[in-house]
Amino acid sequence: MNILTEFAISALIVLGAAFALLGSVGLARLPDFFTRLHGPTKATTLGVGAMVLASAIYFTTMQTGVSLHEIAVMFFLFITAPVSAHLMAKAALHRRSAVDAKQGKQ
Amino acid sequence: MLTLAIETGFVFIGLAMALNLWRLVRGPDATDRVLALDTLSINAIALLVLFGIRAGSSAYFEAALILAAMSFVGTVVLCKYLLRGDIIE
Repeated sequence: MNILTEFAISALIVLGAAFALLGSVGLARLPDFFTRLHGPTKATTLGVGAMVLASAIYFTTMQTGVSLHEIAVMFFLFITAPVSAHLMAKAALHRRSAVDAKQGKQ
Repeated sequence: MLTLAIETGFVFIGLAMALNLWRLVRGPDATDRVLALDTLSINAIALLVLFGIRAGSSAYFEAALILAAMSFVGTVVLCKYLLRGDIIE
């Protein structure tokens, strides 16, 4: 394997793992649910996307021909992350308004 | 260099999954637990991709794809249950 390709793959793996760790630190440390929603839906998705891209480059250089089914995983993650984040925010808003109504707030 | 990078990635993803588990156990509300489960499965996808690179086998990607689809469906169903109190009305 070319030294430049190896460096690119290693950099993408470490960068992606660091972004995934940062997203999980945000999930564990931030104070409110709506702030906690930011970490996993943005940082972790970007980190996993970088790692999947690294593996696509690795298998493209290892085998003959372009390896494309990793890109399918990345595409699927990038499509579904905003949808699930939207649904979770909607569920949290619904539950919070239900609690407020029970306590007699506006 | 690649081996070192993959081992660093394993350590980072393992720490991230431990933090997700902590949030899953502690989470004050049910939505926090849904979010922690979703993040846990995304980190599991990252772990599978790393295993695939280390083993040099592309068989791990089918597992990653199925895990991605199943975790999305699971998150949507759990959110639907929290929103409506029912899944299929």
